[in-house]
Amino acid sequence: MTPADFTTLAAALCLLVAPLALAGLALMNAGFSRSRSAAHAVLSALVASASAAIGFLILGCAFFGAFFGAPSRTITVHGIPWGALGSAHTFLRGVDFHSAQPALSAGFLLFAAALVAVIPLGSGADRWRLYPMALSSALVTAVPFAIFANWIWGGGWLSQIGAFDAGGSSAIAAVGGLSALSITWLLGPRQGKYDDGGMALPGHNMVMVLFGCLLTFAGWIGLTSASALLFGMATPASIPLIAANTLLAASAGLLSTLWVTRSRYGKADASLCANGFLAGMVAAGAGCNLIVPVEAAAIGLAIGVILPFSVEWLDILGLDDPSGAITVFGIGGLWGTFAAGALVHGHAAQWLAQLVVISALLGMVLPVTHLLHLLVNRIARQRVSAEGEQFGLDLHELGAGAYPELQQVMKDHLNR
Amino acid sequence: MKAAALFLLLAGCPLSFAAFALLPPSPARMGFVFAALAVQLLGLILAFRAYYTHTQASGGEQ
Repeated sequence: MTPADFTTLAAALCLLVAPLALAGLALMNAGFSRSRSAAHAVLSALVASASAAIGFLILGCAFFGAFFGAPSRTITVHGIPWGALGSAHTFLRGVDFHSAQPALSAGFLLFAAALVAVIPLGSGADRWRLYPMALSSALVTAVPFAIFANWIWGGGWLSQIGAFDAGGSSAIAAVGGLSALSITWLLGPRQGKYDDGGMALPGHNMVMVLFGCLLTFAGWIGLTSASALLFGMATPASIPLIAANTLLAASAGLLSTLWVTRSRYGKADASLCANGFLAGMVAAGAGCNLIVPVEAAAIGLAIGVILPFSVEWLDILGLDDPSGAITVFGIGGLWGTFAAGALVHGHAAQWLAQLVVISALLGMVLPVTHLLHLLVNRIARQRVSAEGEQFGLDLHELGAGAYPELQQVMKDHLNR
Repeated sequence: MKAAALFLLLAGCPLSFAAFALLPPSPARMGFVFAALAVQLLGLILAFRAYYTHTQASGGEQ
């Protein structure tokens, strides 16, 4: 077996683990939602994954383009051609699926697109309608995600200036997190969240959240490893380091969040701790094969401290984000992108390049995503009606709930 | 999101690209990138402010 074959095999095996991240996020979103919308939350994850994959197949692959070896559309400045956009065929036409590298890249990007679509679902929990959500997911992964992936992974201008994202902190996590911010702006808070001084609307099943967190972690290791092998110039020998860095960053994130919540509230907060674990994991991604374990732990530690404050501040600003996806994936991803630049290579040009990645995320991904969400909202209202929200999305949109016995008990109680 | 916020966010991206495409590695390039990020930060603040004001009145952008 040649070294190239070994890399291909390792990337394929890592890719096979990646769907666990989707399953984990689906479970977390269900746990963070209220019991009357739990089945809807899991179905939404399936629908979003499916729409994202189809959206990427139809249009996104053309904007990404790099796995075909096709030339990019470029902008020439001072005689230097800067990659601006992929220029390949739609529907993955022209990909040589008998050749390992393009086939694996295409497979990886389909999974990454699905993950980008599932991340914002938790932020729109209990109020995001299924059909507009499917359309939004397809458009967001087909346009801003694909373009940004081309810029950072496909030889576009971000990779030309020396920026990197080995494990998807920016291209997957931050894109999903910014999409979560946009949809939270658009949907507004859940009923009762800020009425009469506001109230906490806790998730209905913390066990689902915590188990989902562990599943997401398992899948994320596969995803970051596959990403680093395909786009980060990592070798199969780097996989143990990637796994160790991801675990250490997640652990440091969890423990620092545990410490902060215990100091501030007197007791550890389970949902924030789960988010601290994920935020550390996400933040370690950008430089997962380039940083040393102690640096990974430091990255995780910092985001674990930031996380509870960020969640609180967003709440104060009126952003109702039931799953905390804006902080975990948005701020976690941005922090990881910057921190990797500051730690890897250790010179100013590198972290400046990473700052430009953040600028591109805020300057292209966030506005384009928001415009697409607004466009879909024009076609079909994204937020469920007030009545539907009161009944719960399970009954309103699916016609049956996740916990029929519980609904019977509630009916009996109301009839008494 | 207010149009002004959207414009400021969008404007930052070509600014930071221009820093690398037009300027040699120098403090001026760094200044340009920071200026781009400052413009975007202002855009974000405007967007958050607009959302907060709107939520107080009616609940969300819809």
